[in-house]
Amino acid sequence: MKQLVRMFAIVFAVSLGLIYLTAYLNDSEGYSGDKTLTIYNWGDYVDPELLERFEQETGIKVIYQTFDSNEAMMTKIEQGGTTFDVSVPSEYAISKMKEEGLLLKLDHDKLPNLKHIDPKFMNLSFDPDNAYSIPYFWGTVGIVYNPELVGDLTFTSWNDLWDDQLRNQILLLDGAREVMGMGLNALTYSLNDTDEAHLQEAKAKLKLLTPNVKAIVGDEIKLLLANEEAAVGLVWSGDASEIMGENDKLDYIVPEEGSNLWFDNMVIPKTAKNIEGAHQFINFMLDPEVAAQNTEYVGYSTPNQSAMSLLPEDISGDERFYPNEELTGRLEVYDNLGKKMLAHYNELFLEFKMHKK
Amino acid sequence: MSNSSRRFYLVPYLAWIVLFVVAPIVLVAYYSFFDVEGHFTLGNYAKFFTPVYMRMTLSSFWYAFLITAISLLAAYPAAYLLTRTKHKQLWLLLIILPSWINLLLKAYAFIGLFGTYGLTNSLLEAIGIGKQQILFTDFSFVFVSVYIFIPFMILPIFNALEEMNPTLVYAARDLGASAWTTFRRVIFPLTVSGVKSGCMAVFIPALSLFMITRLIAGNRVITLGTAIEQHFLVTQDWGMGATIAVFLILAMAAMMLLTGNRKRGAVNARKK
Repeated sequence: MKQLVRMFAIVFAVSLGLIYLTAYLNDSEGYSGDKTLTIYNWGDYVDPELLERFEQETGIKVIYQTFDSNEAMMTKIEQGGTTFDVSVPSEYAISKMKEEGLLLKLDHDKLPNLKHIDPKFMNLSFDPDNAYSIPYFWGTVGIVYNPELVGDLTFTSWNDLWDDQLRNQILLLDGAREVMGMGLNALTYSLNDTDEAHLQEAKAKLKLLTPNVKAIVGDEIKLLLANEEAAVGLVWSGDASEIMGENDKLDYIVPEEGSNLWFDNMVIPKTAKNIEGAHQFINFMLDPEVAAQNTEYVGYSTPNQSAMSLLPEDISGDERFYPNEELTGRLEVYDNLGKKMLAHYNELFLEFKMHKK
Repeated sequence: MSNSSRRFYLVPYLAWIVLFVVAPIVLVAYYSFFDVEGHFTLGNYAKFFTPVYMRMTLSSFWYAFLITAISLLAAYPAAYLLTRTKHKQLWLLLIILPSWINLLLKAYAFIGLFGTYGLTNSLLEAIGIGKQQILFTDFSFVFVSVYIFIPFMILPIFNALEEMNPTLVYAARDLGASAWTTFRRVIFPLTVSGVKSGCMAVFIPALSLFMITRLIAGNRVITLGTAIEQHFLVTQDWGMGATIAVFLILAMAAMMLLTGNRKRGAVNARKK
C-alpha cells in the first residue's frame, strides 16, 4: 500500500512538472494565450514555410490541425470544445455552416489584400458578397492516368473508365459526392440530381464499374498512383498535380460530360478566440507573393489574379488546371442537398462499396 | 473496515462507471431512436434488418472469426514455445514491441511492403512465382489484422501456461499419456481461460475494425466499424450509426455471457 501511494505521488509530481515545463517553454518563446492562432485545414494544404514566415512577421504562434473531409470538420466545429480560428471548408459546407450559424462575419476593412482576388470568384451563390468566406483555392474533379499502363486507351469521357481493359486498374476517392457524381455525370445527369430514378440508374451504372475498381481509398491515393499501383484514378485536380509532380508520366483530364467545380474558402468559425489574428492570417494568405508561393507548393488553382501573373507560364497557362471558358461552363458546383439527401447519397455509395467483385 | 468507509471508497469507482460506461451506452441507445432530422423513429432498426446491413454484419462476423481463429492457431504454439525458452522475458518483450508502434504507421508500412513494387512482390518475383496482387485483397486484410492483434492473443495464453503447474504434465506422462493426450486432456483444459480472454481481446476489436479496411483492404471489405465511422463523420446520420453500435454492444455482451458462464462454474468448483 505504501509503495502504491508513493508511486501515485511520483506520477502526479511528474505530470505537474511537465505541465509547468510546457507552460514555461511557451512563455519563454512569447506564446501566451492570445498569441496563438489555430488553423484547421486540409492535410498538406499550405506551404509550411509560409506559416513560419507568418509567425515571424506577426509574432503569432500557429497551430496547424488537419481534417480529411468537410463533414468531419463540421462535426468537430459544431461540437465546439476546440478553438479553431481559421478553417477552410468547401463551398457546399459553407452554405450549410452558414445556415447553422457556425461562421463569424468577416470584416473586409481588415482584409485590404482582398482586391487581388479575381472578381469571377467573388460573390458566388454560396456566399453572396463574401460576407463569411474568402476563396483560397479552386479546382475540379477528374481522371489521372498513366499512359504507359493503359495501352492505347485515351480518356475523354467518364465512360472510358468502364472499358474492359481497365480491369482492377482504377483507384477511387473515398467520397460519396465524388463517386456518385461520376456515375451521374457518366449518364449525363447533373451531379446534384435528386431524382430517385436517376440515382438508382447511377448506382446500377456504378455497379458495372466494380470489376475495374482496385480500391476506394483516402489521401493515400496520391502515394499509390505515383507508385504506379494502379493505372487510373479519380482525384481532385490538386492531388493530380501533386501526383504528376512526383511521377511525370501521369496525365490529368476533366471529362467532357462535365464534372465538379469546387472552391475551398477561408472562414472564421464561431469557435474562434483570436479573431484579430485570424483576419491577419487571411490577409497574409491573400498577398500575391504569398499566394503564388503557396500555389506552387499546393498545386491547386489559385483565385488570386495578381498571384497568377507572378506564377511561371507553365503553371498559369496549364489548361488542365486553369480550364478554358468552354469547359468551365460544363462544370457544376456541389449544391447543399440537405442532410436527408446526403444520407441517401451515402447509403447508395455504401451499397456500391459492398459489391463484391 | 467499517461498512460506511467501504462505501466511501466505492464512490470514485461508481462515478467512473456511471460517467464513462453507463452514460455513453445510454446515449448511444438514445440516439439510435432518432432519424437524420432529429425526429423520433424506429426506422433505424428496421433499416438494420435490410439486406445491405445484414450482409455487412455477416461479413464483419466472418472476418472477425477468421482473424481470431488464425491468431489463436499462431499464438498458442508461440506462447507454448515461449514458456520453454531460456530468456522468456526478452522474447516476450520482442513480441510486444510492435504493439508500441502506432497502428496507422504499421498500416502504412504494409502498404509499402505489399504494393505492386513492394518488397514482397520483388521477393515473389525473385523466386519465380511472379507478381501478385496482395494489397487490397482479403488475404492482406486478414494478414495485417492478425499481425496487429496477435500480441493480445499471446499474452493471456502465455500467462495461463506460466501459471500451470508443470508437475501435472509430468504426472500425465508418467501415467502413460502420449504427448497429444497430455496436451488435449491436461495442458489445454488448464489454459482454456487464457485462450478465452485472448479470443475476446481479439474478436471484439476485430468486429469493429475500420482504418485497416480502407488502408489495407481498399474498402473492399466493409465492416460494421466502417459503417459507424461513415454515419458519424460523413453522413451525420448519428441515429443509424448509433443503431449499429447498439447491435455491436449486444453482440459483445452475448459473447461475454457465453464465454463467461463456464469460468464462473470452474471457480465455484475449485472452492468446493
